[in-house]
Amino acid sequence: MNKIALIIRREYASRVKKKSFIIMTILGPILITGLIGLAIWMGLSDSTKHKILVVDETGTEEVMGLFTNELENTSRISFEYTNKDITNEGFEESSYTLLLRLNEKVLTNKAYSLFFKKTPSINVQGYVKSQLEKIIERKNIDDAGMTPDDYYKIKPHITLDLYDIQDTSQKSHNQEIAAIGFGFAILIYMFIFLYGVQVMRGVIEEKTNRIVEVIISSVKPFQLMMGKIVGIALVGLTQFALWIILTMALTAVIQPLLLPDNLDPVALIETNAQLAPDVLAEIQAEKGQEELNYFSELILHRVNWGLLIGMFLFYFLGGYLLYASLFAAVGAAVDSEADTQQFMLPITIPLVFGFLVAQFALQNPEGPSAFWFSIIPFTSPVVMMVRVAMGFDSDTVWQLFLSMGLLIAGFLFTTWLAGKIYRTGILMYGKKVTYKELWKWLFYKG
Amino acid sequence: MSIFSAENIVKRYAAHTALDQVSVEVPRQSVFGLLGPNGAGKTSLIRILNQITAPDEGIITFDGEPLQPHHVEQIGYLPEERGLYKKMKVGEQAMYLAQLKGMNKREAKKELKAWFEKFEIDAWWGKKVEELSKGMAQKIQFITTVLHRPKLLILDEPFSGFDPINTNLVKSEILKLRDEGATILLSTHNMGSVEEICDHIALINKSKKVLDGPMNAVKEKYRSYTYELKFKGNVIGFTNALWTGFELLESSENEGTNTAKVRLLHNNTLNNLLETVLPHVAIESVHEIIPSMNDIFISAVNEQNPTDEQDSTDH
Repeated sequence: MNKIALIIRREYASRVKKKSFIIMTILGPILITGLIGLAIWMGLSDSTKHKILVVDETGTEEVMGLFTNELENTSRISFEYTNKDITNEGFEESSYTLLLRLNEKVLTNKAYSLFFKKTPSINVQGYVKSQLEKIIERKNIDDAGMTPDDYYKIKPHITLDLYDIQDTSQKSHNQEIAAIGFGFAILIYMFIFLYGVQVMRGVIEEKTNRIVEVIISSVKPFQLMMGKIVGIALVGLTQFALWIILTMALTAVIQPLLLPDNLDPVALIETNAQLAPDVLAEIQAEKGQEELNYFSELILHRVNWGLLIGMFLFYFLGGYLLYASLFAAVGAAVDSEADTQQFMLPITIPLVFGFLVAQFALQNPEGPSAFWFSIIPFTSPVVMMVRVAMGFDSDTVWQLFLSMGLLIAGFLFTTWLAGKIYRTGILMYGKKVTYKELWKWLFYKG
Repeated sequence: MSIFSAENIVKRYAAHTALDQVSVEVPRQSVFGLLGPNGAGKTSLIRILNQITAPDEGIITFDGEPLQPHHVEQIGYLPEERGLYKKMKVGEQAMYLAQLKGMNKREAKKELKAWFEKFEIDAWWGKKVEELSKGMAQKIQFITTVLHRPKLLILDEPFSGFDPINTNLVKSEILKLRDEGATILLSTHNMGSVEEICDHIALINKSKKVLDGPMNAVKEKYRSYTYELKFKGNVIGFTNALWTGFELLESSENEGTNTAKVRLLHNNTLNNLLETVLPHVAIESVHEIIPSMNDIFISAVNEQNPTDEQDSTDH
């Protein structure tokens, strides 16, 4: 059997059998779905009932009549009115959750003060605001001597639809799609760090256990390093695949518990996918489902999933290989994990920087920083994902190929470089290594 | 024919030269001692033999061919810095190392079982290495080094950290392997520890070879013709009898028995010495004082470098 395959197998098997791997594999999806589920559940069942006391300090006829009993109660929000002021202490002791103070300037300043014991949710704030706006609006219409019908005829209500000139048939959803790419960028960033550090730990372990010299009397140091890197990459892919499967299974189980049937996006996406476009359009026309349909249409039809997942695998592996060999070199240069700090910085900086640029790219996916850093190998695995999600056309696809080519060249280079440092480093014990020393190692004859 | 030879090996690191024109020849089926103080260059040479590093200059031949990557399967190496994966099970680990040396699974398992039985350690197969004592781990390391029946066995400081029982076990296994056809290269700074089992030696000091050859030839070369005599009788008469043909190096007395160290001069033989002293004293025992490897090393280094004997024993 090929020796490098033996090494890969050992690296892989020893890791997937570890308790920590099994725990992480199970815990990961539970945490992800748990957190998402919790967020949805809290959002849906923000069951805090608000009792809002409206204090009208103005005493003016104009204001008083305007608001009293005009704010609409809902099942969760109810308004009560008074014109006696209440002290903060009084409010604190009362059963009211919020306090809305109105003074004589509210009509001119258009500023309202809402006092709280606990910060009200955005929804509640939005509701109060919209209620106040509605009343003011009605008053203004009245003052102008119009009828509400006239007003709504005059009031413009526009929506701004974006179209990409390269793709005239469809509305542009660049921002949303870029966000999906950003999600993949985060995954790549996380995985490079998680598994790069595992490579480093593995190298340090072999060095401190003093097994390394025994092994490299049978195989070349480079084979040992590559075997470790590839073995751990497979561990990463395994974990990733298991996470996806488990997350999907868990979501399928949890969703019906959380969402009412008519809001189940999975079912909705599924039915939509099976329907003919005209039927789909009909359904989309239905009010209330517009948002969800928009979302499902975005997910299903607007994103080139084949390209995205293919490129995700490519950039994940390319980026991982680029950085993992550097992590291996750091592991080889030190005697214990505590000494890794000084060498970690040059590895961490481009990665973190790539992550930051990816965030800018989210705002401006076609800007120069997104362009350059999606070409440069050290940042491209993270940044390019945002651009890949948005797709390339025949004029820009060279950028993708250039970036891919450079990434391959990049990891060949770092692997070669790291191999030289690794080879010398693993046999050095009890010596504090400096950058100058590392530089010399590059020129030792293997 | 030698199993292995290195000619004019030079290995340089940034600031110093680890090996300077070193040539050694290891005869087939011998126990070869590579001796020298720490830092002399022994491990550098051994790493070159194992193809862990490459020499800057020089030619290496293994079994009649220039040294090639596939030769690692015919070499067993026990490095000075040695260890095992702590979290791995003993059996799994031994299987892994054996397969890395090119053995197939079945063969490896069969051989391992045999060795485990021989060393009476079958019960450890399923244990993790971290559960083993140091002595136990050493046995496993030795087994994995010799398992694939290498033609050349390289042991770097094999006895450092071994307890006396394991040391003897390993020594007797080394001799047994030699008798079965293997060649063993032992490297150590503790020269006394391997004297008894080496057939050939090479002494290395400060990156240079100082001396090499078969053990008995080396001993012959550094023989000082000094004898220790124990006798009863008149010390003064004994001393006078020596006259100019012999040199009395030292003498002492303990409970009526005298001990004297005498060196032969002017081609005198031991018989001449005995003839000279017999009329004066009653001899109880006579034996030659053979120089130890340590003594030989010191004189060899001094011969080569008469000016700086101060720091010649260690770096």
